[in-house]
Amino acid sequence: MEAIVVKNITKTYGKGKKTDGTLAVDNVSFTVGKGELFGLIGPDGAGKTSIFRMLTTLLVPDSGSATVDGHDIVSDFRQIRSTVGYMPGKFSLYQDLTIEENLNFFATVFGTTIEENYHLIRDIYVQIEPFKTRRAGKLSGGMKQKLALCCALIHKPTTLFLDEPTTGVDPVSRKEFWEMLKRLKAQDITIIVSTPYMDEAALCDRIALIQGGKILSIDTPQRIVQSYPEQLFAVKANEMYRLLQALENYPGILRSYAFGEYAHATFRDPDFKTDDLEAYLTGQGLTSVRIEAIEATIEDSFIKLLN
Amino acid sequence: MMQDDQVIVCEKLTKRFGDFVATDEITFEVHKGEIFGFLGANGAGKTTAMRMLCGLSAPTSGKATIAGFDVYTQTEQIKKNIGYMSQKFSLYENLTVLENIEFFGGIYGLSDQQIKDKTNELLDRLGLKSEAKKLVASLPLGWKQKLSFSVAVLHEPKIVFLDEPTGGVDPVTRRQFWDLIYEAANRGITVFVTTHYMDEAEYCNRISIMVDGKMEVLDTPANLKSQFGVRSMDEVFYQLARSAKRGD
Repeated sequence: MEAIVVKNITKTYGKGKKTDGTLAVDNVSFTVGKGELFGLIGPDGAGKTSIFRMLTTLLVPDSGSATVDGHDIVSDFRQIRSTVGYMPGKFSLYQDLTIEENLNFFATVFGTTIEENYHLIRDIYVQIEPFKTRRAGKLSGGMKQKLALCCALIHKPTTLFLDEPTTGVDPVSRKEFWEMLKRLKAQDITIIVSTPYMDEAALCDRIALIQGGKILSIDTPQRIVQSYPEQLFAVKANEMYRLLQALENYPGILRSYAFGEYAHATFRDPDFKTDDLEAYLTGQGLTSVRIEAIEATIEDSFIKLLN
Repeated sequence: MMQDDQVIVCEKLTKRFGDFVATDEITFEVHKGEIFGFLGANGAGKTTAMRMLCGLSAPTSGKATIAGFDVYTQTEQIKKNIGYMSQKFSLYENLTVLENIEFFGGIYGLSDQQIKDKTNELLDRLGLKSEAKKLVASLPLGWKQKLSFSVAVLHEPKIVFLDEPTGGVDPVTRRQFWDLIYEAANRGITVFVTTHYMDEAEYCNRISIMVDGKMEVLDTPANLKSQFGVRSMDEVFYQLARSAKRGD
């Protein structure tokens, strides 16, 4: 059974008599299976938060429909609110309450106790428990994030909505956060998570790449990279900036851009020879040139879809 | 390297808040036109160090000069010779693109004629001519960040400080942003940048990584990878930051 079914939802902000407003979500459809870890991957302004707010019944779509656990997001909003967990992108707990008070508050509002569902939050809560008498407003970013996740979990939600939980978080803490998500997934909680970090996409069961309110592609991360249409090459040389300029001016180039220590490039000619490119780059005064055929990543796929 | 090539010189620069040593005796120098990556986990002391370098916060001890000016006694001169942008503060949302450029040009002490010339050049380069009279609030994030960077270097500062300039920006715009960084560095502007994207660490000439307030390593990306015997900057960062004792 599907946990979430979204059919053609659209949301526009600021629509008036004189203005068309801003189209934030444009005819979006997708489904999320029970127990699935589903990622909405896209930059700021892509429409991720608007989708989350509609599915958590905080916003009403202009058109289209959606259900969460079989409940309609407009007519059955009360049921949805009592069964889902939502961690907004902006820290939204009570800054003047302590860690413990916040957690107690959310448990009580949902008619449960910390003890009843402690097994769900234990791994995360033990990390902040030493500071349980500290006010939420005085916590560091990483601790706030852990507390917010505990509060979103304390009523044992069927579906967990995590809106950009790792934005602005350093790579080590990001990895730890995804470890936590994997353990939650093992508890049969459906998780829908949004992120602007393309490398996190690979950790999801399925992803939707989203930009400008529209879904560009939706599939498993493996199939998205496998469907990359051309052979991709990684090119390295002694000087990155000059390498990028040289690649851009190469006659047979289709696309080229920086990718960490390499430049990634695709070529028009299916019989493209790396030797030809190497000769060209060396002729441009570049040294230590290395070219190899590689598999695309999600980020490559996203760049391709944006062009 | 010659002494006058150094635009940032720090010696045992330290900042304490009570018992807490936020930045702990960091010593390094940055050269003219260099792209210098300043990395570290959340809470490692990056922001505190950057505030001192920008002349916004007096160090507890140690020495530092920015563009030749002392961080204790010449903070006003420092501010005139640097540019700054971050993901959080960049431009005034309720002013138009044009008004923002004029406002910051004025703040940086450019003449009306200079502002006019710079404005045209900047709008041309960013392809923002048709958006000049629009409110900044209506621009997509990526454009805002590109505009914000261009405004931060409007007065051709010696150094520009960029605090997570590309957070949340799409992968194409993120690369266009780095094109602007390369161009600025080619003009001789020193770029001091923090980022959580490890692929961007590779675009820097040298990388420093802060752990628990100390500058644990400082080298080129290639040397750091070979020193740690790993293939990516991500792994270098992971090995170092995992050893951190200080929670963020």
